[in-house]
Amino acid sequence: MSTTPDIRFPRSTSETGRVSPKYTRHGSGAKGGFEMAAWLFMRLSGIVLVVLIFGHLFVNLMLGNGVHAIDFGFVAGKWASPFWQWWDLAMLWLAMLHGTNGVRTIINDYADRDTVRFWLLIVLFAAAAAIVILGTLVIFTFNPCPTVNGVPLPGSFCPKP
Amino acid sequence: MTASTAEPASKVELPASVGGGGEIPTFDVTLRVRRYNPEVSDESHWDEFKLTMYGTDRVLDALHKVKWELDGSLSFRRSCAHGVCGSDAMRINGRNRLACKTLLKDLDTSKPITVEPIKGLPVEKDLIVDMEPFFQSYREIMPFLVAKGHAPTKERLQSPEDRERFDDTTKCILCAACTSSCPVFWTDGQYFGPAAIVNAHRFIFDSRDDAGDMRLEILNDKEGVWRCRTIFNCSEACPRGIQVTKAISEVKQAVLARQF
Repeated sequence: MSTTPDIRFPRSTSETGRVSPKYTRHGSGAKGGFEMAAWLFMRLSGIVLVVLIFGHLFVNLMLGNGVHAIDFGFVAGKWASPFWQWWDLAMLWLAMLHGTNGVRTIINDYADRDTVRFWLLIVLFAAAAAIVILGTLVIFTFNPCPTVNGVPLPGSFCPKP
Repeated sequence: MTASTAEPASKVELPASVGGGGEIPTFDVTLRVRRYNPEVSDESHWDEFKLTMYGTDRVLDALHKVKWELDGSLSFRRSCAHGVCGSDAMRINGRNRLACKTLLKDLDTSKPITVEPIKGLPVEKDLIVDMEPFFQSYREIMPFLVAKGHAPTKERLQSPEDRERFDDTTKCILCAACTSSCPVFWTDGQYFGPAAIVNAHRFIFDSRDDAGDMRLEILNDKEGVWRCRTIFNCSEACPRGIQVTKAISEVKQAVLARQF
């Protein structure tokens, strides 16, 4: 049993073809593994985000006193629990990557000059990285009762020294 | 046998009030055609033609009337003029359609009817665009049967169910109405485009073909199926009613299924 013969594309790689170079795919042979992963990620993260975001909204706005209970102490209380730390971390990462990838595709679709596209993507990735890193730091290093110069800052919910 | 033979039953008696073939209602239309002639000017401009047309006329008939009676320099492609050859795709009132399948009476004749070349491909003259980039993508997906082993001495049999699997995508006439309606293709012309993917679908899902993997590999390109944003312009533009966006998503799923 023979295998499928290796057939060359009839004209696409021809250098003398009369097709305008604008239409010749640069980076041809570059495989779309990343694009496929990005496409799949958008769908999967979208499903997970629906659960995470509506869970977040329900717990914050509906349970107990609802929206009136939200203050510094409420957030501090939630982040005292690893469960909510990881919930918020997942929400932050997935939402940022999902949104960044969405804007990336928009830039790819609408920026038709290569340099403009390059710089827009740089700005986008820098902004996304800054937000993700800062957000992750805040979630894990958050201390609602810090001591500054040996003096604990006031907070009604903080243990008395 | 007696004399008079009866008239055939199929003969239709027309009342005297109907005069026959010439009695089709007429109306006036204004045709706004985007003109471009690189030998005269690098800029394109709009020309308006006032025509009296019949209720049975199509946009192509109006273009013929202009070319044959008013301005012989008007250039456009058409071959069969019956919606099969795919030569006369153009942007009529902002939508990609075949001029030979669009009846004037179905358009708003109170306003000028705009006719432009399809977008995203280089215009050569008036309504004629360079289709070569479009066909380049088409060639890249290998639009021909690739079968393993020896060729059988008779036809390759296929069950009706297997044939049905890719029936929709066999209808493509390569008019480029879909690809040139796609905003992703408009951006930089790098995207393979709906027509190439539709024609790949036609072979990927053909049980007699053995190069589906190669085609999926080709379309798993940075500029392949993943650039489809499911905008649905292609499905709306297709003069053959092919569910183009559905075919593209089936190819996407086939690429994914191959990976896992």
